[in-house]
Amino acid sequence: MMAELPLPVPSPDNQEFWDALTEGELRIQRCAACGTLRHPPRPMCAHCRSFDVEWVRMSGRGTVFSYIVTHQPIHPALVDRVPFATVIVELEEGPRLTTNLVDVSPAEITIGMPVEVVFQRASDEITLPLFRRASGARVG
Amino acid sequence: MLRNQVAIAGVGETDYSRDSGRSELTLALQAIQAALADAGISADEVDGLVRWTVDTSAEAEVAANLGLTSLSWFGEISQAGNVGAALVTSAAAAIHAGLANVVVVYRGVNGRSGRRYGRGEVTGRAGQGSAAFSEPFGVLTPQHGLAMHTRRRMHETSTTERQIGMVAVTERGHANRNPRATFYDRPLTIEDYMESRYVVEPFRLFACCLETDGGGALVLTSTERAKASGRPVAMIRAAAMCGYAADRSYIDTSAVTLAPRLWEQAGLAPSDIDVVQIYDHFAPFVIFALEDYGFVERGEGGPFVESGGAMWDGGALPVNTSGGHLSEAYLQGMNQLIESVRQARGESTAQVDNAQFSFVDTGVGTGAVILERG
Repeated sequence: MMAELPLPVPSPDNQEFWDALTEGELRIQRCAACGTLRHPPRPMCAHCRSFDVEWVRMSGRGTVFSYIVTHQPIHPALVDRVPFATVIVELEEGPRLTTNLVDVSPAEITIGMPVEVVFQRASDEITLPLFRRASGARVG
Repeated sequence: MLRNQVAIAGVGETDYSRDSGRSELTLALQAIQAALADAGISADEVDGLVRWTVDTSAEAEVAANLGLTSLSWFGEISQAGNVGAALVTSAAAAIHAGLANVVVVYRGVNGRSGRRYGRGEVTGRAGQGSAAFSEPFGVLTPQHGLAMHTRRRMHETSTTERQIGMVAVTERGHANRNPRATFYDRPLTIEDYMESRYVVEPFRLFACCLETDGGGALVLTSTERAKASGRPVAMIRAAAMCGYAADRSYIDTSAVTLAPRLWEQAGLAPSDIDVVQIYDHFAPFVIFALEDYGFVERGEGGPFVESGGAMWDGGALPVNTSGGHLSEAYLQGMNQLIESVRQARGESTAQVDNAQFSFVDTGVGTGAVILERG
């Protein structure tokens, strides 16, 4: 059996993020008191220290902020997948997510590349937010 | 004020290897014994032990082996391996406050034959906690996250792969003078570097630290007690720690926030420093730390290293003079703390002439110590 990368283990502090993804939406935590977006989810707003949260649907559009390409398969799950790229996407609303690109070869990735979210179901409980090259001209 | 009232009285290490053939506890005890002998201080005087949380040798086990019946000061500092200077700060604070007299900072790790950082065996969290947002996407080891940081900072500061390579070449030159170093007899040219394979882009093989089995220890006590042994001592001019924030910019290191406190405490400026050790888990962080501590301007670290500025032989500010984590050993800051003491005592294999102030960072901003020749 092929080894897999670790799946996210949801916690009470981030369950809603993962639930939204299974429903096909990328929702990010926002402080209900001061309106500051934050990711990854946390109990407290580091800006105003409120515990009140709401969840806001993102446009799903963003740009590549940074990226790496793993060549040495440090984890068994990567043995048949190297070179394997991991990127940080900066959403147009501001928050950054660590993720993967589904349709871009590692050599094609550049900082600033426009991308948009796609949803990849990994299990009944977990859907991963991945990204692909942006389709429209509205980004860039 | 801590200034020069506490000293590192002795240092000790085991051999560095890929397979020590002995327990991590044995490695730690052998290093402690060597450090106490170096300090001229009996184990009977030890009343404090501090250590890395990630290590396996608990204070109680070390105390039992040393025959210590009570500890006035003990404790651990977490994160990963990058907290050596923070441990020195903790030990120095205890001595300065009069809470302990002789505190030993120690570690023994089978970092190559046992649990390997490079495979995530120390830091991996199986997708739990904040790792739920990184590990499922292939950020599995420290090098993945640090490569991500490096790529963005290269973009921001125009740091080049060749400049990063010159960090490795510089350190290898120092290791070639140090018989303890893993790469003592293995030269490295910039061409070798640029032709070496990528491990995690943008890190080529020789941008990555070693994985090492070994032990190291430091003996701290009052400067007065340290000098009573008649051995050369390294006085702690300043010591500071800095926990990092959850939201990383991927541009700054925490040295940006640590540096002003450290320089103020020391009453010194970067230009006063004679020799530097920087936590080089990955080569570009030498460049970034030189910038963020203020040794050079932002964006000037790469050109500084590329032009030979960090070389012992002719450089303006020699850096990682034992070979560092890239070429001597990877004891997560411990071997660099030891080297910083040797520089302050005039005992390095790449000794900077008349070095008065010896600087050591053990985590690119998690902590730093400035030693003064005593």
